[in-house]
Amino acid sequence: MRRGRALFLERRGYRLRRLMDAARLLPVLGVFLFMLPILWGPQATGARSTAVDGVYLFLVWPVLIVLAYLISRRLAPVTEEAGDAWDEGGAGR
Amino acid sequence: MGKHVLLIEDEPNIIEAIQFILSRDGWRVSTHTDGADAAAVVRQMAPDVVVLDVMLPGRSGFEILQELRGDAATRTLPILMLTAKSQGRDREMAERYGASQFMTKPFANTEILASVRALGGF
Amino acid sequence: MIPFKLLVLACLGYVLLLFIVAFVVEQRAAQGGIKWLRSPLVYTLSLSIYCTAWTFYGAVGYAARSGLEFATIYLGPTLMFIGWWWLLRKLVRIGKTQRVTSIADLISARYGKSNLLGVMVTLLAVVSATPYIALQLQSVTLSFGVFAQGAPNDWKPDSGQTAIWVAIGLAMFTILFGTRNLDANEQHQGVVTAIAVEAMVKLVALLTVGVFVVWVVADGPADIIAKVNVSSLSGWRLQPGRWAGLTFLSAAAVVSLPRMFQVMVVENVSERHLATAAWAFPLYLFAMSLFVVPIAVVGLEVLPKGSNPDLFVLTLPLALHHGSLAMLAFLGGFSSATSMVIVAAIALSTMVSNHIVMPFWLKVGTRQATVAGDVRQIVLVSRRISIAGVLALGYGYYRVTGGGEALAAIGLISFVGAAQVLPAMLGGIFWRGGTRTGAVAGLGIGFAVWLYTLFLPSFGATGLMPEHVMQAGPFGIGWLRPHAMFGIEEADPLLHALFWSMTLNTLAFCTVSLASFPDPVERLQSAQFVNAFEQGPGARGWSHGLAEAEDMLVMSQRILGPEAAQSFFAAQARAQGMAGLLPDTTPQFIDQLERRLSGSVGAATAHAMIAQIVGGAAVSVEDLMAVANETAQIMEYSNQLEAKSEELTRTARALREANGKLTQLSDQKDAFLSQISHELRTPMTSIRAFSEILMEGGMTEEQELKYAGIIHDETIRLTRLLDDLLDLSVLENGQVTLSEVDVDLRDLIDRALMAAGPGAMAVERDDSTETVVVRTDSDRLSQVFINLVTNARKYCDAAKPKLRIEVRVRGGQVDVDFIDNGRGIPKESQAIIFEKFARLTDQARAGGAGLGLAICREIMANLGGSIAYLPGQGGAAFRVSFPRRIARAA
Repeated sequence: MRRGRALFLERRGYRLRRLMDAARLLPVLGVFLFMLPILWGPQATGARSTAVDGVYLFLVWPVLIVLAYLISRRLAPVTEEAGDAWDEGGAGR
Repeated sequence: MGKHVLLIEDEPNIIEAIQFILSRDGWRVSTHTDGADAAAVVRQMAPDVVVLDVMLPGRSGFEILQELRGDAATRTLPILMLTAKSQGRDREMAERYGASQFMTKPFANTEILASVRALGGF
Repeated sequence: MIPFKLLVLACLGYVLLLFIVAFVVEQRAAQGGIKWLRSPLVYTLSLSIYCTAWTFYGAVGYAARSGLEFATIYLGPTLMFIGWWWLLRKLVRIGKTQRVTSIADLISARYGKSNLLGVMVTLLAVVSATPYIALQLQSVTLSFGVFAQGAPNDWKPDSGQTAIWVAIGLAMFTILFGTRNLDANEQHQGVVTAIAVEAMVKLVALLTVGVFVVWVVADGPADIIAKVNVSSLSGWRLQPGRWAGLTFLSAAAVVSLPRMFQVMVVENVSERHLATAAWAFPLYLFAMSLFVVPIAVVGLEVLPKGSNPDLFVLTLPLALHHGSLAMLAFLGGFSSATSMVIVAAIALSTMVSNHIVMPFWLKVGTRQATVAGDVRQIVLVSRRISIAGVLALGYGYYRVTGGGEALAAIGLISFVGAAQVLPAMLGGIFWRGGTRTGAVAGLGIGFAVWLYTLFLPSFGATGLMPEHVMQAGPFGIGWLRPHAMFGIEEADPLLHALFWSMTLNTLAFCTVSLASFPDPVERLQSAQFVNAFEQGPGARGWSHGLAEAEDMLVMSQRILGPEAAQSFFAAQARAQGMAGLLPDTTPQFIDQLERRLSGSVGAATAHAMIAQIVGGAAVSVEDLMAVANETAQIMEYSNQLEAKSEELTRTARALREANGKLTQLSDQKDAFLSQISHELRTPMTSIRAFSEILMEGGMTEEQELKYAGIIHDETIRLTRLLDDLLDLSVLENGQVTLSEVDVDLRDLIDRALMAAGPGAMAVERDDSTETVVVRTDSDRLSQVFINLVTNARKYCDAAKPKLRIEVRVRGGQVDVDFIDNGRGIPKESQAIIFEKFARLTDQARAGGAGLGLAICREIMANLGGSIAYLPGQGGAAFRVSFPRRIARAA
């Protein structure tokens, strides 16, 4: 067990931890971006520009997808480790 | 009449020889061939000297010696042990059990005569 | 225009393709060589059953009516998937570790394996999914109608026929591939792969129509934006409540819809696939919704007024005379409908059969339940019937409601129903305090509120909810009106229902959970679910704070002994800078304690024991397996030890025996030498004494003769002794040379009797038996006989001594018994008479040196036979046995 000795996680472990934080924060960012249209535009009449809203939505959406791709691609090995070890009942190790 | 010697021995020819040698010297020789009642015979006859063979039918000469030395009446009785075995162990046993003298077969006639005489106080 | 027959043919061909895909995959799966099929791609595509015909066709209609609001149906799942690290990962992990078979199973398992909850979730799922299945049947029927009539919104009454055939076909497909076997983990690879194919078809179909619309009908994106700005969509109203509410609702639905749970959790083969789906599934949703607005705008512009926007995807290519494109769109819609129905049927049938049929069947037929083979079959049958039942319900619903507007809204209504599971689910996997009673209360209230405020009113004025209740509330209680609960007037009915059902549901779940107390199984399960990542080999290590140092000390004392345990704990506490016996239960401390304990009880047991106390984990199967393995190893080891110690004992015994033999041999040698010394010295004593006497002279002649005779006898005795010793030595060393001759046994006995000399002893023989020719060394054998006869003569002490000689032939073996009528040999001496110098009586009578019988024994051994004393013959009895024909071993 490394954690008993080292005061700081080594760089790679530290990165991984922050990556997990990012994975947790991403949906929060998503909620913020998706709910943002509520805040702008005329509240009273509700007359909005569908085109502007649509373009915004369909720009924000792929950004989130790309971020999710970048994060999950690097987190996948972590889950694989855990998942596969579990799948094989830990026998392979 | 001379002194009394009791010969406890089971070989007839040896009995004959010793009897001849001692009685020629003036000893009264009694013989006994069985080991089992030898001690009782000794007490009953109360000889001056006992010549005791180790290998006896019925009871070993050492056992007889041990019994005789345990009895106050025979504690100081002169006893000559005879053995046909060569090992020194028999000599040790004889000394430990209190034999007056120990002699290995075959012996010279003069040898046994001298020993019996010495034991008999001559 | 495409002929209707061609459409039907294409449809059948497509279905056949799906059959083939599913069949081939199942075959390959059985052979085990389909690694690539279990790829993240297939997993992601299978998730696309979220996009049903309702979204395939309906999204465009939705957009035409409400602008961008349709996107919320996709935004929720997008958020849920990019946030996979929070919930989905845990769901998948729990699904694997707990071998969850459905969402009902998940809830039931979490709350102490309560079947009541299983039944509730199943009912909720069936009730909310049935209209949804009907919706799919309707969409297929509608799209058929488009082709049949060439005009939307108009289908013949016999379209009911279409629906029933579709329902039957889907039921068959699902039964065929969904209940092929009872997998340990309920996975259906054939179905999943077929679903993935369908996902591709619908994606390609919608994208193709979209590209066609944007770049063929319109002049690219800029033109579309321009068209949007002039269309009726341009000024859409963003209702914040609906925008946020529907996003939340779709996010909730994507995890709580039974069919989604099926493909996402139950069919998942690797957590890594989820990592891919985290971005790939949002991408799929993005692609599916990208062209919705363009299609809606262009459709509104191109198609005549009053056209059903729900069918724009189909009618737009048709109107523009792109038949093959319309065909593709049709297949896309068909795929969306069929894949949803298939997976929903599998998921629902699993739930129905596991939580309703099987418990019922087991209760009714307790005796049959003990037969293991039967149960499997029963499960399969009940699944099949359930599938058929689910589809029949869907079809029945479709027929009863007659389709139309009532169904159009059912999609979101269904979502709200499914979402009622959410509080119990989230509370179950993130909060250990959630109890079964709480879950029952929450689910029950949520279900009831949903039925009352949304589902029943959805049937309209003619439906199940009486008009007066809608208007005035039940029994005239105004604040209980279904669409205006607690006086909230004028609210959007869907939002209203979502708000109240979820609020009351969550409230009930939390309050009742806080007030109630879980039973032990619940507590165990709650630990397993909430701490899903703290268990298992992948994520070992203990969660802090849950373990009690005192409990640990108590346990450790039992294992290590009080002194050792206390000093260990004290040392640990000191290391943490604390006084006293109880350190903080940090992970490091627990790790060290585990290691320490494993030194005493083995790693697996230690882990399991700590697991029990830490509470972060119940004992997993793997732990138990490891315990068993270790125990087996220990047992094997101890067996080996036992074998070794047995071997050692054996060796020691052998050594002791060998030593005993050596000592005995040594003793025997000493005794033998002593005996020889005695035997030699005794005659020598006589010889020496008498020869000295003779040398001295002065004897009578008679005396001289007598003494010379004694000397002579004794020298003969000496010679005989030496002869015997030499003989014995030769025999013992096996150096004897045997001269084998054929000889008649009777002659041999005659010779022996004669050689032994005449005596007073009577000899009893039986001539007839003695006539046996043997091949042996006759001299040696007669030496034995002579010895025995001589001994009998010498030692038989009967008044009228008699020797009986009996010969018996048994096979190749000859027995010759010499039995006299004396006292015999006492029992205790019988064992030693064949030893050297074992003379029993006084030497005077024996005359020999006591080597006779020893020599006899050696001779018989050399002749391949034996000599033995026969007890109980009324006198001394010896049996000489030897083979008729000597066969000496080389």
